[in-house]
Amino acid sequence: MPVTVRLPGALRDATGGLTKLEASGGTLADIIADIERRHPGFRGRILDEAGRLRTYVNVYIGEDDARSKGGTDAPVPDGSEVMVIPAMAGGAHPR
Amino acid sequence: MTLTAAFVRDRVRGTILEHIGETPLIPLRRVSAGLRGELWAKLESANPGGSVKDRAGLWMVVAAEEEGRIGTGRRFLDATSGNTGVALALVCAVRGHPLTLVMPDRVSLERKRMVRAFGAELVLTDPLEGTDGAIREARRLAAEETDRSVYLDQYSNPANPLAHELTTGPEIWRQTDGKVTHVVAGVGTSGTVVGLSRALRPKGVRIVAVQPDDALHGIEGWKHMPTALRPAIWDERVADVHMTQGTDEAIAMTRRLARDEGIFAGPSGGAAVAAAARLAREEAGRIVVLIADGGERYLSTPLWES
Repeated sequence: MPVTVRLPGALRDATGGLTKLEASGGTLADIIADIERRHPGFRGRILDEAGRLRTYVNVYIGEDDARSKGGTDAPVPDGSEVMVIPAMAGGAHPR
Repeated sequence: MTLTAAFVRDRVRGTILEHIGETPLIPLRRVSAGLRGELWAKLESANPGGSVKDRAGLWMVVAAEEEGRIGTGRRFLDATSGNTGVALALVCAVRGHPLTLVMPDRVSLERKRMVRAFGAELVLTDPLEGTDGAIREARRLAAEETDRSVYLDQYSNPANPLAHELTTGPEIWRQTDGKVTHVVAGVGTSGTVVGLSRALRPKGVRIVAVQPDDALHGIEGWKHMPTALRPAIWDERVADVHMTQGTDEAIAMTRRLARDEGIFAGPSGGAAVAAAARLAREEAGRIVVLIADGGERYLSTPLWES
């Protein structure tokens, strides 16, 4: 079952205008790679040259901050929702 | 009425709000090494609420009081993702006004706790819509509750740039004995750049406005104007030079400011200094850079993760 990925308007230009799309994969890295196949250049907006989440990008898998679950290795359960939020809208560890 | 610096100070004399402004100006000796221009940092983190937004927050509230817009049963309302919320919450706590702040959900714990500590009420909006989503919700609430809310609207409020025209600008002129040649500041609401331009451009100071280089960025408080809701007070013509700044270099400079200069700044301070350093490679003079806030406000973000 695919996961739903929700993106901020600031990434619209990287996904052909989409802010909500479906993707498949068992980890966050897999999900990003799946989107990259359809929208080349997307990965570089989210990850740095070393393949880590950019410091100013926060990703939530359901309610969990991906950084606290292994970063790009974080597991993404089937059917869950992944949300990408610019860090400028807040910190990394909301309660 | 038109506010003056003396009038605003008198209104808040004897309270913590009297200590808003008159922030230090510090030379960046190590960062300036090898550059043609000499960089000086205006440390707005020294304000009581910890950021440059204390100035606009105070002036917007006093202006509304003078215009008779606030009274029994009415509360102030504004949209913010950070520093303006803390500033308004501080000012309203001292002045005795109720305040509602509209913020994107998932703002950091520090910010939520700070504004609640000052007694403000929070309305949270879709985090994916960022600050612009909070602005749209504040506008909706203001239109729906005209009899109960006074929408301060920092993006359109003329008291915002006026605070900088009559306080920040004259301070910089006085602190440099009139030797300032350039002022570098980021564009968010644009109140700082617009006000500094009005104060200092007529004296021959070149105004440098800096924006993030991408819609997706980590420079808190700054706006990527091509993709953001445009503030009504913004006018590109107020600046002599427009620059863009990437987040990665901004973060690197934020960390360098702490290590090399002992200045614990937020990411927008590092961004402004990074842009100013590029400028100072080419241009000589005394370049004043506005450091909008301190790094403490970002301790729970990846900014300070080693």
